[in-house]
Amino acid sequence: MAEGITGPEPNVKRQRWMAVLARASVTEIEALLAGMEPPRPHIRLRGPEIGLVMARGRAGGGGAPFNLGEMTVTRCTVRDAGGRIGHAYVIGRDPRHAELAAMLDAAMQDEARHDRLERMIIAPLAASQAEARAASARKTAATRVQFFTMANMR
Amino acid sequence: MTGLDLPGFADPVGDAQTTFRALLDAMARPGTLHEVADLAAPPPLGAASASVLLTLVDGETSLWLDASCMAARAWLVFHCGAVLTDDPATAAFAVSIGMPPLGIFCAGNDVAPEESATLVVQVEELGTGPAYRFSGPGLRLPSLLQVAGLPEDFPVQWTANHALYPRGIDLVLCAGARFCCLPRSVQIEMG
Repeated sequence: MAEGITGPEPNVKRQRWMAVLARASVTEIEALLAGMEPPRPHIRLRGPEIGLVMARGRAGGGGAPFNLGEMTVTRCTVRDAGGRIGHAYVIGRDPRHAELAAMLDAAMQDEARHDRLERMIIAPLAASQAEARAASARKTAATRVQFFTMANMR
Repeated sequence: MTGLDLPGFADPVGDAQTTFRALLDAMARPGTLHEVADLAAPPPLGAASASVLLTLVDGETSLWLDASCMAARAWLVFHCGAVLTDDPATAAFAVSIGMPPLGIFCAGNDVAPEESATLVVQVEELGTGPAYRFSGPGLRLPSLLQVAGLPEDFPVQWTANHALYPRGIDLVLCAGARFCCLPRSVQIEMG
């Protein structure tokens, strides 16, 4: 357990795995979970419940925030047998996704299971998400317009 | 351990609406007993006080906790989204085990009497103990209710609170799964 969860910045690590779980799809998570021992029982403290959050953005020179629009979010909070609390907020209306992500968030806080879950679940999901991002960036880059004519014109 | 071990309402919308309706009835008929659905409440709170708080308190109302309720703090913060305050004079809601002195809470002002605090007080038992006689709006005839666990000078404190009308504090007395309401308009004497 070189890294563990109690590094210098435990919140940063937790944020990272929560983000990876929130971006993954249920099918991906379930496929990876199928290769592991069955998840331990948990109780639902809240949800899964569907609601709206206001997504805000910043643009322009001043960077003043503005309301971009509302988006659907599903949230869930669970507690596992060890008293660890897992939270999840995921985009969309899939209660199963929110519960799986919350359950894995709780499990990831368990020192004994952290490294194995990181290797078996989080790392593959993060890799496929990075790959998808890179592919989309490549596609975008292919259609990039270089305004060299304007730069050279006097 | 974070102290957050229990879920809130099983059906957040339905249960909150049912409890809210019961609270409205209880406020309209001071001193009548009402019951909430079963809820696994965090100790030391009972089902009634926990349900009432889940129903009324949210992120826009400040909540003051009596020192004896601190064990339920994490649960209240998480499930109600409550904003806790240390100063009882600024609290919109207060929860305590046993009756705190009424004078420390905000009684509103003449322009905005609705800004007064609502106290959720958990007493030992409703239906046994010393009898109190209630009269006032909502009661055709004075009604009697036995409440165990109120301080001896409660009728005196309440007379002072009632004299502030339209200002004044509203009370929700809870014990186990039962509760009754004492709005500021009611007059209380020993029965």
